[in-house]
Amino acid sequence: MIRSKVLLGLVRFLRKLGRDSIYQLGRLGAGARLFGLMMMSSGESFRRFRLVIREVYFTGVNSLIIISVSAFFVGMVLALQGYHTLEKYGSSEAIGVLVALALVRELGPVVTALLFAGRAGTAITAEIGLMKATEQLSAMEMMAVSPISRVIAPRFWAGVISLPILAALFSMIGILGGYLVAVPLIGVDAGAFWSQMQANVDWQFDILNGVIKSVVFGVACTMIALFEGYDAPPTAEGVSRATTRTVVTSSLVVLALDFVLTSFMII
Amino acid sequence: MIQNIVEIDSLSFGYKNRTLHKGISMSFPRGKVVAVMGGSGSGKTTLLRLIGGQLKPSDGEVRVDGQVVHQQNREGLYQLRRRMGMLFQQGALFTDLSVYDNVAFPMRELTDLSEGMIRDLVLLKLNAVGLRGAHQLMPTELSGGMARRVALARAIALDPDVMMYDEPFAGLDPISMAVTCDLIRTLNDALGTTSIVVTHDVEEAFSFADYIYFVADGVVAAEGTPDDLRQSALPFVHQFVHGEIDGPIPFHYPATDYKQDLLGHKG
Repeated sequence: MIRSKVLLGLVRFLRKLGRDSIYQLGRLGAGARLFGLMMMSSGESFRRFRLVIREVYFTGVNSLIIISVSAFFVGMVLALQGYHTLEKYGSSEAIGVLVALALVRELGPVVTALLFAGRAGTAITAEIGLMKATEQLSAMEMMAVSPISRVIAPRFWAGVISLPILAALFSMIGILGGYLVAVPLIGVDAGAFWSQMQANVDWQFDILNGVIKSVVFGVACTMIALFEGYDAPPTAEGVSRATTRTVVTSSLVVLALDFVLTSFMII
Repeated sequence: MIQNIVEIDSLSFGYKNRTLHKGISMSFPRGKVVAVMGGSGSGKTTLLRLIGGQLKPSDGEVRVDGQVVHQQNREGLYQLRRRMGMLFQQGALFTDLSVYDNVAFPMRELTDLSEGMIRDLVLLKLNAVGLRGAHQLMPTELSGGMARRVALARAIALDPDVMMYDEPFAGLDPISMAVTCDLIRTLNDALGTTSIVVTHDVEEAFSFADYIYFVADGVVAAEGTPDDLRQSALPFVHQFVHGEIDGPIPFHYPATDYKQDLLGHKG
């Protein structure tokens, strides 16, 4: 009796696992198809760059405040924590390097991508989901205007352009926050702070790799947000679920990709 | 020149587990206003989507000006759609664009007209629906009836050969209803368009249509001029025209025996 129950439970579990896997694979395929279609119809986005600029404003410029404030605090915390540890080894002058490297290599791209997913990604998903629910995409199609080249592609390129710029701003403001804590507050020598940073931050291995990361995150976050919106069932519940999924999936994908990219860059 | 601009030939269509159309044939002569009537859920809106090529029939075909819609490639389909206008049930205005930009949208996307020319055309179209004065408003500032008139101006922006109206009277007050009714007829005659009006409003349809099709159970249940149909002895037409609760169209959704259902309930 108990054995048959366990067996039944196992069968149910396997069935659910299979069903969910097929469903997720199907979605992955649909996402890849959307990506392909979008790439093919991206020409218009570049011919009419005005469309992309408008979206850069909505996704990028509107994310500036949250990015700046977060960066400032992250930089200040880094300096505090860094000083606390470095002081034990008598190398508190290295604090500038620590703050800069942590920001440029990791925290800049990663935290910016996470904030971007929460601020701009959700907005993109909700907007496209609602456009679908209110038949705006359908209306566009009936007018012989492709929603993929008119709505999806400009938003994608806007995201890919915005995220690296936001990440660069994040690192810059973070370093400023770190400086304010380390130099005027704690009293580390300003010359040591900047010159150590200048000597030890490598243009290619640190800065360029950070930029590569933020471009990859930009592609991932924007694509996930666009696909979730485009794929959302045209109901209030559908759009709200899609918005949640955007944040969850983007965050996990960013963290996973960060590990993969870092391992490639360091080895 | 083919006399019927749109022809539906033994068309069948169904969603996963539900057949909507079982071999429907209709023809829409040039310059006429033809109403397609039927109860909610009888597949009237789907019919418009099939004409517009947004759905593919499982059998039979739709021809627009002699060309089979579902056999067109993407480019051919877009060429056909440029000659069609569709008024969606809720208007489907682009919420991020003003009234003016909404009407200008198809002109900017599909033609090379100068902004000056577009301005004249937009004001002309808006004037035709009586909303020239509202060109600066955003869609959220419009009432339901006004939004639909703006959508109508947008749909006729490029002087389509075929205009499709999806439930143009749903949720309108009597004045807006009369205005819309009058507009459909006037625009049809002034622009030399052919109009396909999907509706379940008997009085309105009978007042302006040249010909009427009744759809029920996936087939054309009756057809004729309004006068013919008013005198029709067919039980279905009688029930629909007089709004009787029970008749050939049952009040109840198909269900098992009521008594059995109640007795079979295990609390």
